[in-house]
Amino acid sequence: MKLKKEKSKLVFPDLSSIPCIDKVGVEERVARFQTRSIKDASKEQALRMVLNMIDLTTLEGKDTPQKVKQMCYKAMHLHDAHPGLPSVAAVCVYPSMVAVAKKEVQDSGVKVASVSTAFPSGQAPLSIKLEDTKFAIDEGADEIDMVISRGKFLSGEYQYVFDEIAAIKEVCGKVRLKVILETGELITLDNVRKASEIAMYAGADFIKTSTGKIQPAATMQVTYTMLCAIKDYYHKTGIMIGMKPAGGISTAKLSIHNLVMVKEVLGSAWLTNEYFRFGASSLANDVLMQVLKTETGIYQSADYFSID
Amino acid sequence: MRLEILKTYKLFIGGQFPRTESGRYYPALNKKGEVIANMCLSSRKDVKNAVVSARKVQLAWGEKTAFNRSQIIYRIAEMLEGRRDQFISELVKQGISKNKAEEEVNLAVDRIVYYAGWCDKFAPIFSSVNPVASSHFNFSALEPMGVVGIFASETSSLIGLISLILPVIVGGNTCVVLASESLPLCAVTLAEVINTSDVPGGVVNILTGKAGELASTFASHMDINALFYAGSDEALLSELQQKANSNLKRVYSYTYDWGSEKGQDVYIINDFQEVKTTWHPIENVGGASSNY
Repeated sequence: MKLKKEKSKLVFPDLSSIPCIDKVGVEERVARFQTRSIKDASKEQALRMVLNMIDLTTLEGKDTPQKVKQMCYKAMHLHDAHPGLPSVAAVCVYPSMVAVAKKEVQDSGVKVASVSTAFPSGQAPLSIKLEDTKFAIDEGADEIDMVISRGKFLSGEYQYVFDEIAAIKEVCGKVRLKVILETGELITLDNVRKASEIAMYAGADFIKTSTGKIQPAATMQVTYTMLCAIKDYYHKTGIMIGMKPAGGISTAKLSIHNLVMVKEVLGSAWLTNEYFRFGASSLANDVLMQVLKTETGIYQSADYFSID
Repeated sequence: MRLEILKTYKLFIGGQFPRTESGRYYPALNKKGEVIANMCLSSRKDVKNAVVSARKVQLAWGEKTAFNRSQIIYRIAEMLEGRRDQFISELVKQGISKNKAEEEVNLAVDRIVYYAGWCDKFAPIFSSVNPVASSHFNFSALEPMGVVGIFASETSSLIGLISLILPVIVGGNTCVVLASESLPLCAVTLAEVINTSDVPGGVVNILTGKAGELASTFASHMDINALFYAGSDEALLSELQQKANSNLKRVYSYTYDWGSEKGQDVYIINDFQEVKTTWHPIENVGGASSNY
């Protein structure tokens, strides 16, 4: 059950009490998630679930309104030749494209997520980040994907990072806030864990691995570390935080491994797009091809699926 | 005394040498029925993985200049020449005489050089500027078909493999090859040759296994654009043709004696090309007359 968090009750996490990450252990555990035998019937369900958890994303300097419109259409009509498929969870765009996207998806159930806070680097003053977030919300964003200040984090200014997230959450109000840790820049799994704690205690609704601009992005090791942080937070507070691995998950197989991991670490309650998302631009087509493969037994070609 | 080091024959997919994902194998026998090696018995998933690799690299391979492709393919000949003893011993192991084996390896090297030479020449021969009755230039130009599935000749281990792979890749296609089931040794060694000769990983993928088992997967696969069948099994060919209709694959079947002169032919390159015709409007400049 999700309890209502109150701003006044935000407390900075006790970073000295969080567990150290055993990298070897994490790697072995993650390897085991990838060896589960998944039967056809479960696979079919899992693939549909993955589709419904995708945040279809375009975050390029060259994005145009037409490109965004096209992607929104794809979000709602994944593959019309095959009726009965779910739509994706959300489209994820830059603030300047939120209005365009919102007009396209309307009340189809597909949400509009906007990156903000000077995405992807986050190297801007807080006032600009707040303005950026406000703009996106005013334009109609249902969800905000903010980036943390990695520079501040790495130089040990944890309180700054915490306060910044809290300030953005205050602007968001009821709008769902996803906090991007950009794990590829955090270097160690211990840092990932630390950043996860800070984000959750500062009011994040979701924690998200990466912007997609930095490699490595959503490795299973990183996602696993964050899922463990979410589990511990849940046991302490009773609050369910969502998880969004983003960047680098482009095959159906990898996405199913991720679902297995969520199920085994957090349990079935997290297996909905309220609490788990994939940030991806090319995953949807691979999953669609797998859906058709499982149903027809015939290997598919990307030539027969719309690019966006 | 030295421990005998035996070679593990593996698959060749995307420039890597994995074992079959299925973990299955079958024994390759010589003419006396003795086991000479254990070969990977490829599964549908291996075919799928190979097609993914072939597709990934196809555009880049097709867009290389013809001259560059020519150089790379010539390099295969160089590498094969350097490994001739190994090929000869494998051919002998599979049951042909030393002389015959030497002849086959020589022919294989020569044939690669022959096809290397065609890289920049077949396109001008088979392209055309066509006469039309309006103010247009009308070109027919060649384009590679894409990913080609190849069923190697069952009766000829090396030359029957080379003669199929070369005309396909010369034209900018990539391929997934199923080697001869009964004579598979040279296929894997050829993979090692190709891997050391600047051919990008994934352009040639070589699997070993049973044609009967994998035919349906090849034929129905939506991401394979053409099939090249060099066997003589009518029933299998008919199955390929029927299942190939899912994405209108081209199916070519040849029953040449690959060791003969006929086994090398520029028309085979052309068979794995699509023709694209373009109409380009022109103005009638200064009243000049033109047939085009």
